[in-house]
Amino acid sequence: MSGPRVTALTKAMPQLLTLVLILFLNYLAFPGFFDIRLQDGRLFGSLIDVLNRGAPVIILAVGMTAVIASRGVDLSVGAVMAVSGAIAATMTVAGYPLPIVILATLGVGLLCGLWNGILVAYFDLQPIVATLILMVAGRGIAQLITEGSIVTFNEPGLIFFGTGSFAGVPMPILIALLLLIVAIAVVRRTALGLLIESIGINRSASNYAGLNSKLLLLVIYAFCGFCAALAGIIIAADIRGADANNAGLWLELDAILAVVVGGTSLFGGRFSILMSALGAVIIQAMNTGILLSGFPPEYNLILKALVIIVILLAQSFSSAGGWAFVKAEFGTKGRKSQ
Amino acid sequence: MNTRLLPLYATLLICIIAYAVCVFQFPMMFSTRVAGNLLTDNAFLGIAAVGMTFVILSGGIDLSVGSVIAFTGVLLAVLITHYGIHPLIAFAIALVITTAFGASMGAVIHYLEVPAFIVTLAGMFLARGMCFVMTTDSIPVNHQFYTYLQGLYYLLPGGGRLTFIGCLMLLIFAFGIVMAHFSKFGSYIYAVGGNRTSAELMGVPVAKTTIGIYAMSGFLSGLAGIVFSLYTSAGYSLAAVGVELDTIAAVVIGGTLLTGGVGYVAGTFIGVIIQGIIQTYIVFDGTLSSWWTKIVVGILLFSFIALQRLLVLLSSKRTATLTKP
Repeated sequence: MSGPRVTALTKAMPQLLTLVLILFLNYLAFPGFFDIRLQDGRLFGSLIDVLNRGAPVIILAVGMTAVIASRGVDLSVGAVMAVSGAIAATMTVAGYPLPIVILATLGVGLLCGLWNGILVAYFDLQPIVATLILMVAGRGIAQLITEGSIVTFNEPGLIFFGTGSFAGVPMPILIALLLLIVAIAVVRRTALGLLIESIGINRSASNYAGLNSKLLLLVIYAFCGFCAALAGIIIAADIRGADANNAGLWLELDAILAVVVGGTSLFGGRFSILMSALGAVIIQAMNTGILLSGFPPEYNLILKALVIIVILLAQSFSSAGGWAFVKAEFGTKGRKSQ
Repeated sequence: MNTRLLPLYATLLICIIAYAVCVFQFPMMFSTRVAGNLLTDNAFLGIAAVGMTFVILSGGIDLSVGSVIAFTGVLLAVLITHYGIHPLIAFAIALVITTAFGASMGAVIHYLEVPAFIVTLAGMFLARGMCFVMTTDSIPVNHQFYTYLQGLYYLLPGGGRLTFIGCLMLLIFAFGIVMAHFSKFGSYIYAVGGNRTSAELMGVPVAKTTIGIYAMSGFLSGLAGIVFSLYTSAGYSLAAVGVELDTIAAVVIGGTLLTGGVGYVAGTFIGVIIQGIIQTYIVFDGTLSSWWTKIVVGILLFSFIALQRLLVLLSSKRTATLTKP
C-alpha cells in the first residue's frame, strides 16, 4: 500500500515544493501570513483567504481536468459562469425560491456543457473551436439575460453561498472540498477515470475496445459546464450581483493553467484532479502574495506567464530527454543550413 | 466546382446579403462614407487578422494578439509622450520588439514541442502584464506627425474618406494574398498546416517556417497596435481586450479551417467586413445593444463550422466512392 503512495508523493514533489516556496515568500513579505483566528464563528486569515478566493478556480479546474484528460479543452467556462450568474441573479430578483434558483442555474450550466459536448462528440469538432462558439456568444447571452445592467440582489440564502460559513469554514471552500471528494471518489473508485484516460490517449482505439466514447465525452463536457455554473453561483453570491461583462473573465485561462500546473498533459491521458486543485491553490497563493506584499497587482500577469514558461520547460525537458534533445535539434539544423 | 472554395463563396454571399439587408432597412448605409468608415474602424482588426490567418493556416493559434496590440499602443504612448521620441523611431522600436516576441513564441512552440495554445497564452499574459508595468493610466498622444497621419485621406466621391489606416489594411491584405499564394513561404505554411510530418519529409524547413509565421503574426499585431494607436490617439493598457477572439472569428467566418492547411486570406477580409457590418447595423439601429454583435458572431461561427464539417464529410464520402473498385 505504501508503494504507490510514495510514488504519488514524489510525482507531486515539484508542485508541493513550489507551493511551499510561494507560501514561504508570502510569509517573508507579510509575517502574519500563517495567522488564523476564529472570529464571529468563522475562520479568518490569509491562508483561509487563499483557499476562499481560490475556490471558484478549484471548482473550474475539477471540470477542466476531466475535459483536458479527454484530450480536449473548454474555453467557454468563463462565459458559462457569466450566464449562470446572470440566471441566478435575475431569478432571485424575480422572486423564485432559492432551491429552484440553484437547480435552474446548475441546469443551465449542464445545458451549456451538453451543447459543447454535442459539438465535440457528435459533430467531431475540435474542442477549441467547439467551445470558442459559446465563449464568444455566452457573454452576449448573459447580457441578454441581465438586459445589459448589473443585477444586484439581497437574498440572504443565495449570498450565503458566497460569504457564509459552516462550522467556521467559509462556504466556497466547503463546496470546493465536497466537489473534490465526490469527483475523486467517482473517478477513482469506478472505472470512469480509466475510461476518460483511454479516450484521451487514443479515441479510436477506445472505440474499437467497445467504449461509447461519444456518450462519455458528452458527460465530461456536461460535468465541466456544471462545475462552471457552480463557480458562477459562488462568484455572483460573493459580489451579490451578476456582472455579465466581468464575471469569470479570463477564468477559463486560470483553470487551464491550474490543470497544466498540476501536471496533466494538454495532450490528454493521465490526470489527477487533486493535483489540479493544488495547481489552482498555487496560482491563488501567488495572487494573494502579490497583493499582500504591496507590489502592484499588475505584476501578477507577468508572474503567471513566467510560471507557465518554467513549467513548460520542465515538462518538455523531462519528457523529451532534456537538453541533449535540444542540442541534437539545433545541431542538425546547423548542419542542414550549411 | 472546387469544394474548397465553397466556404469562401458562402462567406461572400452572406456578406452581400447582410449588406443588402442593411441597405434595405437603412438606405443611408449605401454610401462611400459608411464603406470608408467600415475600413477605418476595422483597420487594426483586419491587420491582426492577416497574421492570425497564417497562424491558423499552419495549424496553430495565437492568443497574444490583443495583448500585443495594447502593449504596442502603451509603448508608443510612453516613448512619444514621456520620452519625446519621434513617432517613426517609436514605430520601428515597437515593430522590432513585437516581431522578436512573436519569433520567440514560435521558437518555443517548435523546439519545445509545446501546444501553441499554451505558449501564446503565456505570451498574452506577458504582454498584458508588461503594459500594466509600464503604466496603468491612459496616456494621450499629441504629436504633429500623428495629426498629419490622421489627416491623411483620399476623398471618395460621395464624401467617404479612404483614410491612411484603411489603405494600410488593404495593402496588408494584398500583401498577405500575394504571399500566401505566390511565394515559397506561403506554400510552406500550407504544407506545414496540411501535414507537418509529410512537410518535414518533403524538405520543408519546418523550424524556420514556424518561427517565421509567429514572427509575422507578432509583426502584424505590432502594426495593428500602431494603427490602433493612430485610431485612438492614446495608449491604454486595458485596450483591445478580446481582439484575439474577434480575429479568430473573422478567420473562421472567412472559411479557413482551424485544423490548418485550408483557407484564404481574402476570406478573412470578408470575415472582418461582416463583423464591421453587424456593428454598423447596430449603430444605425440605435436600439440594439452591442452585445448582439457577440451573439450574431457566435451564430455565424457555428454555422460556418457546421458548413465546413458538412463539406469535409461530403468530400470524404466522394473520395470513398471514387476509390471503391
